[in-house]
This record gives sequence, C-alpha cells and structure tokens, in this order.
Amino acid sequence: MFTGSRRLPGLKRSVRDPGAFIRLARSNLELWANLVIIAWAVTFAILQGTGFAITLGTVFAIWAILAVSLNLVVGFTGLLSVGHIGFFGIGAYTVAVLTSNASYEQLRTEAIPTFGWPFFAALPVGVVLAGLTAVAVGVVFNRFRDDIFVLVSFGFAIICFNVFLNARAVTRGAFGIHEVAKPQIGGWVFDDELSFLALAVVFLLVVVLLSWFIVTSSFGRVLTAIREDERATEVFGYQVTHYKLTVWVLSAMMAAAAGGLFASWTTFIDPNSFVLLESILLVSIVILGGLATIWGSLLGAMTFVLLEEGMRFVPGLPDQYVGQARQVVLGVLLVLLMLFRPQGLLGRYRL
Amino acid sequence: MSSAAEGPTPYALETVDVRKHFGGVHAVDGLSIGIPRGEITCVVGPNGSGKSTLINLLSGMLPLDGGLVVVDGVRLRVVKPHETPGLGVTRTFQDVRLFDQITVWDNIMVVLTERRLLPSLFERPRPGQRERTEQILRNVGMWEKRRSLAMDLSYGQRKLLEIGRAMALNVNTYLFDEPFAGLFPQMLERVKEIMRQMRSEGRTILFISHNMDIVRELSDHLIVMDSGRLLTEGDAEEVLAQPEVIEAYLGV
Repeated sequence: MFTGSRRLPGLKRSVRDPGAFIRLARSNLELWANLVIIAWAVTFAILQGTGFAITLGTVFAIWAILAVSLNLVVGFTGLLSVGHIGFFGIGAYTVAVLTSNASYEQLRTEAIPTFGWPFFAALPVGVVLAGLTAVAVGVVFNRFRDDIFVLVSFGFAIICFNVFLNARAVTRGAFGIHEVAKPQIGGWVFDDELSFLALAVVFLLVVVLLSWFIVTSSFGRVLTAIREDERATEVFGYQVTHYKLTVWVLSAMMAAAAGGLFASWTTFIDPNSFVLLESILLVSIVILGGLATIWGSLLGAMTFVLLEEGMRFVPGLPDQYVGQARQVVLGVLLVLLMLFRPQGLLGRYRL
Repeated sequence: MSSAAEGPTPYALETVDVRKHFGGVHAVDGLSIGIPRGEITCVVGPNGSGKSTLINLLSGMLPLDGGLVVVDGVRLRVVKPHETPGLGVTRTFQDVRLFDQITVWDNIMVVLTERRLLPSLFERPRPGQRERTEQILRNVGMWEKRRSLAMDLSYGQRKLLEIGRAMALNVNTYLFDEPFAGLFPQMLERVKEIMRQMRSEGRTILFISHNMDIVRELSDHLIVMDSGRLLTEGDAEEVLAQPEVIEAYLGV
C-alpha cells in the first residue's frame, strides 16, 4: 500500500529535472493524502484535548469497520451495495434488544421483553443473525449485477429501516431502545470512553487483519477477477456465485459487529441511525478513501470523521447548520474526486 | 502424446444436432461436427454464420437450445461454464476479455489457483505457481509487462495475454475465437508458433479466422459454416480445393 520505496528513483531524477519533480509530487498524491490526513488528525487531537479525541477515535473505529467491510464487497468484488447499513442495524438491534434492561413502565410506551444478556453473549448472536440474513438476501441478489444490484441493495436498506421502525414488539419502533449494556469481561466493564476506544480499536484491528487475509489470498484474487469479468472468471473454473455469496456474508457479519459496538457505545438506538442516508455516506467514505484498498478505507473513515466534527469549529458557521454543512462538504468533495481522481485517494479500481 | 490418440473417439469435441436461436434467428441450426483430437481445426464462414455462437455453446457461455455436446465421449445436454476446465476445454474471446484492472501477473495467476472455496482462502502464491506464471508470461513475451494493469496493454498484447491465460489452464482442447484479428505481423507469427507448439504437445485446437492464408497454413481440418448450418467439413486441403467453397466463401 505504501509505495515510497518504489518511487525513490523518481526522486533522484527530479533533482535534475524540475518537470519530473512536478510529476513526482502529482503521482505521490497518495503520500500527500496520508500525510495531510494524519497531520490533520493529530492537530485536531492536540487542539481539542484528549477527551474529545478519544470520543472521535471510537466514532472513527466504528465507521472504519463499516468502510473496510463494505470495501470487500464494493471495491474488491465490484458489487456496489448501498444496503450495508441494514446489516449494521441488525447487529445493533440484536445487541440492544438482548442486553437492554430498561423498564418501560414509566415511559408509557409499549414494553418489549427484556433479556438482560451480557454484551459478549449478544454480539455473536447479532453477527450470526446478520450472516443468516445475508445468506438469504445474497442468494437472491446473486442474480443481479451493476446498476440493478445498486437498486436491489437500495431496496434492502429501505426494508431494514422499515422493519426497525415498525416491528415495535421487538424494536419499540421510533421510541428506540434505552440502556444498552456496556461490554463486560469478568468484573471489568468497558464503561468509560478510553476503555471503550481500546475495545473498538481491537475490533477494528481484527476486521482489518481478517480483510487483509481475505484479499491477499487466492480467494481475494478471484474476487477481483469476478469484479472485472464475471463470465470469463466462470469459464476458468470458478463458481462465481459461491465467491460472491461468501464475501457478501463475511462483510455483513463485520458490519453487524460494528453495529453491536455502536449500540453499546451510545447506549440508546432508534431507527434514525440506520437510514439510507447513512448508507450513502458509508459508500462515499469507501469511494473517498479508494476502492479495493484497506488502508484507503481507514483513511476515508478518518477524513469523514474529521470533516464531520471539524465543521463544528468553522468560524462564522452557526451551530444549527453544522449537520447540513458537513453533508454539503462531503458531497462537493465527492464530486471533485469523481472529476479528478475517480479511483479515490488511494484507489486500486475505478467504478 | 500417444495416450491422447487412444481416447474413446477420434474426436476431442463433437456436437450432435446442436441448436441455438436468438428470437427468430437460428444462429446455430442442427449442427453436427467433430473436432479431431490433436489437430488444428479452423471454422470459416461469413459473418453471422454462427461461428462465435458455436464456441459460446461449446464453452457453456450460452445454453444449448437442443442437441448434445460430446466431450471425450461424454455426452452433455448442459455445459456449465465453470465445469469446462474440468472437461479439458478452455477458450479465448473475440472481444478480448481480460481482467482489466488487475496486473498482467495476476491475470495469469488467477487461472492457476485453487478452485475449492475454503482452501483458496488460505492459499498464497506457491513457488510452483510463480514459476508457471513466469514461464507463461515469457512464452507470450509479456514478462516485462507483468506489473502493468491489463487495461494498459496494447490491443496485440492483450490478445497475446489472453492466449497466455488460456495456456495457463493446462487442458487438452483450446477454442480460439479470432486469435489473429487485428494483430501486427510479428505477433501473428508468435500466435501461430504457440498454436503449432500446442499441437506438437498433442493438444486440440479449434480456431476461427477470416484470414485465408493463415487458414491454409495452419489448419489440418476445416469446417465451413453458413447460416448456422454445416456447409462442408473435412481435411483442410481437400475442402479448400472444392470449387463451391472457393467461390462462395474464400473469394479467390
């Protein structure tokens, strides 16, 4: 992913030839992107203090898990899914329902059954449930490709949102679920921000390593071949539907893990966290960072979080416009990117 | 290879009354041919005579509407594309279909790796696979280009790489859809050389071409098609000597 050593000869040449230097600087956009974003993050952390940085770190870890897992499907396999938030929601809701201990009598809304499970018991259930959903959905989705796939995944996101909103006997609909349990190992509870950040980073690390293991394997190479030409891949002896289904399910399970983490971190979830817009933002993050690169997705998530929170501190921007402004900025950024660098900051693949 | 000649039939591939229609158009209409084992067979015929459709049917890219494909004596009503390598058949495409946005090296490598799903997750490039990839890429003269993306190659290079990719799949029967179209003379010679080399290894080749000089030079067996039907079939020299073939299709 870092290509510094390969570019060293270019650096030598640039001493003699100024034109070559400009070309080098331009071709090293990846390096610049890395440096600028990391410097931005560090500056931000120093200026805003560690407490804020820790919170941002957790938000980043959750988005990054989502982005890396989605990149497996979009970047490596070429299936442009805008329904990823559905799996995120399934993970979040499973953990919320199974771990919440809230008594709803005083709230004068419908009560839902409480199970009071510990986080680490509920999370695998959520992950498996998302996996099973992905199998069922994937078997059908395997028939579709390209723009039709975008549409059906769009449909999936809508269906998930409506289930979260209307299956009130389980999800309490728009009221949301309170008091989602914090993760606990033995007597150690992850109830402060710092320990939760550590846990989120461990999750992220696992997801990154797993994804890296997948994409560097022969399996991963077949995925890229499927992305380039599905029919031709088939002629060379691969049952492409199995490969597509496998990566789809693995990706969904990773997203569900992020969902469980998210529910536990905020301790309250309602359907608004799982709207289609969030899914589109997620796709934007993946494209911004670059398709078919794991590091790019981390960078994309970092940029998004910095952009999102950074807008709070833009002088002269009233607080009530911050939310909208960051979406506008992200939108403009995406348009610029598509114009000048369609593969994203570090992309290995153009849509 | 003497063992190849001792197969159940003298044909590596046969079709029995194969049919394919698109709407009302009968692209292949009751075609029964045999492709002799260990020889180079050429299919000629005017545009739209069903040559490419024939290769698509033989490789499972299109489902059969009727008839049988016989591979090494095994009769098949349905040819599944992912099973063709197991049957000993592979192909190239008329409109070169490489894996564009991955490297030349990966384009070859992807053909050599594990087909079973779970083991493929744990497989990393093995020395044997690396050597084979290098051998193939050197054979088609693409070793220096191994780090380029396939999409950045010239048309001729892409054509050669596609043939290399088919070669990497070590099978008995190769279907080449217009391997010579649009090639620079030097590259043309290279493809001819590769095909002769394959024949000397006992492999069976079926190719489509409109270049009559190459057809004369390379083919042992000739199949002439028209409107999805077989016009004539036989030893290349004999067929080429038939006056009606010369008149109607070869335009000599």
